[in-house]
Amino acid sequence: MAAKKNNSTPEIVELTCIQCPIGCQLKVTVDGSDVSVTGNTCPRGEIYGKQEVTSPVRTVTSTVPVDNGIIARAPVRTAAPIPKQSIMDVMEAVHSLKLTAPVTLGEVLISNVAGTGSDLIATRDIPAAS
Amino acid sequence: MSANNLPIEKHELVIVGGGPAGLAAAASARESGVRDILIIERDSQPGGILNQCIHNGFGLHTFGEELTGPEYAARYIRRVQEENIPCRLGTIVTDISRDRRITCISREGVSLIDAGAVILAMGCRERPRGALSIPGYRPAGIYTAGTAQRLMNIEGKKIGKEVVILGSGDIGLIMARRMTLEGAHVSAVAELMSYSGGLKRNIVQCLQDYGIPLLLSHTVTNIHGRDHIEGVTIQEVDEHRSPIPGTEKYYPCDTLLLSCGLLPENELSRAAGITMNRVTGGPDVDESLSTDIPGVFACGNVLHVHDLVDYVSEEAARAGRSAARFLSSGQDLEKDTAAVVLKAEGGVRYTVPQYIHPSGMDDKLTVRFRVDNNYRDRYVSVYFGSERISRQKKRVLAPGEMEQVVLTKEKLLSYPDTKEITIKLED
Ligand SMILES: Cc1cc2nc3c(=O)[nH]c(=O)nc-3n(C[C@H](O)[C@H](O)[C@H](O)COP(=O)(O)OP(=O)(O)OC[C@H]3O[C@@H](n4cnc5c(N)ncnc54)[C@H](O)[C@@H]3O)c2cc1C
Repeated sequence: MAAKKNNSTPEIVELTCIQCPIGCQLKVTVDGSDVSVTGNTCPRGEIYGKQEVTSPVRTVTSTVPVDNGIIARAPVRTAAPIPKQSIMDVMEAVHSLKLTAPVTLGEVLISNVAGTGSDLIATRDIPAAS
Repeated sequence: MSANNLPIEKHELVIVGGGPAGLAAAASARESGVRDILIIERDSQPGGILNQCIHNGFGLHTFGEELTGPEYAARYIRRVQEENIPCRLGTIVTDISRDRRITCISREGVSLIDAGAVILAMGCRERPRGALSIPGYRPAGIYTAGTAQRLMNIEGKKIGKEVVILGSGDIGLIMARRMTLEGAHVSAVAELMSYSGGLKRNIVQCLQDYGIPLLLSHTVTNIHGRDHIEGVTIQEVDEHRSPIPGTEKYYPCDTLLLSCGLLPENELSRAAGITMNRVTGGPDVDESLSTDIPGVFACGNVLHVHDLVDYVSEEAARAGRSAARFLSSGQDLEKDTAAVVLKAEGGVRYTVPQYIHPSGMDDKLTVRFRVDNNYRDRYVSVYFGSERISRQKKRVLAPGEMEQVVLTKEKLLSYPDTKEITIKLED
């Protein structure tokens, strides 16, 4: 849903603001480098609308298999939100991982995962099965 | 020794359930001076349902950062370990008596514990699919969303490739994204109601991000396949939630996930004779989160279903403090005064607590409630008897979001004749 910025005619993207439960319907108009938001009822909506259309980011979470651990999967996430268009690249890197216990919460599993500038980290301690 | 010759252990405080509620209750009871605390957890690990909730979005209120479920749980597990509070794992509580004798079973056998105080923190479970009356066989490939979540995230099992989800609760939404990222195709999320009970954020980030259609006012009316599910029929429903003839559409699938709501897990409470609330499915409690059995408290999803774990932790901390107070005073002091009853009316489905002893209140008391529909621009009004003492304008109210009002002890004591407090929505 990312906007194409090189269009000559302005592009209008409609989205729901998720900054609070009100859920304003935003209209974001992209005209070259000019981005404007209507439909928002507070400044957070404007910031969200602009970010969501120009450079949306998401935190990716998943699990990877662990050998010899007390459970079979280790939960993982990107340490910071990454560009939305890189989600599937990150998942590909996640799918290639296989760990051996012990795993430590916060441990960097892949640094700069899929070139996003963010690390992939473990989100749970997995002690080795004794 | 008990009648059947089992030795009886004694503990000051026993907490049933080692999820976020049980862990936070333990930490706060210790902070309030309780020395001898035992947490009993049936699973092999503490942390409760958070262990399988690997997505982010936990702890924004408590820690000011977005953690995943396991990370949030780890903070409380660490606190409990640092305090050397024992957590007896792999042990299930099967009975609690009125005089707080607890029966539990583990691999080692049955044991009995006499507790000075008990905190119920057993959490909730999903509405079982037997309760959902869909015609057709019950072939393999049908899971509750939470079961699928556990199978995938903890046990590493493969679930399926072509998925339909019935119900747009948060767990269903989260699982739609999770399965998509694992390479499955989620063809639709069908929701009986005309709105989703799930958080907006999850609708955007779990469905819209991946182009998964949310079919509002739709339900599954038939399940196809004998041994393994092969497809479902989805039909539109009218305003009375009856399927509209002619709107049937066939969706081939090998997996159907049911995300149709949660129920507090209260078999133990009911068997103990605790007075239960018909709306919440949890015990009726007072301002200290005490049930009507003295010394037995409840918090977390066993009391009422929460969508934010932060509120679970906060509520559980209150239960921990209350148990500490009960143990040090040896009785319920506040129970000397008559209780003020809290009534939910005009769009408010229930309140927690359900009654208050004004003398036992802290300076401020947060009353949590849920509404029965989507509302815009309504006032949340509080009445002491027939007098409205406050109202607060809300731009939106939704069934999926827990709401709250704060009552002050000072105010309540200045209306000593109050017998009833009503919380309702007004234009
Ligand atoms: C399947 C599912 C998925 C969820 N997903 C989300 C989500 O994605 N995001 C979110 O914010 N919230 C989610 N929730 C809500 C979540 O449960 C709460 O936010 C929070 O975890 C509730 O904490 P709790 O301690 O009350 O319950 P729980 O976390 O359920 O913990 C209760 C504990 O008690 C134990 N127990 C129960 N009965 C006994 C017994 N008789 N003897 C011994 N131990 C017992 C259980 O094993 C469990 O560990 C989900 C709930 C469910 C049921």
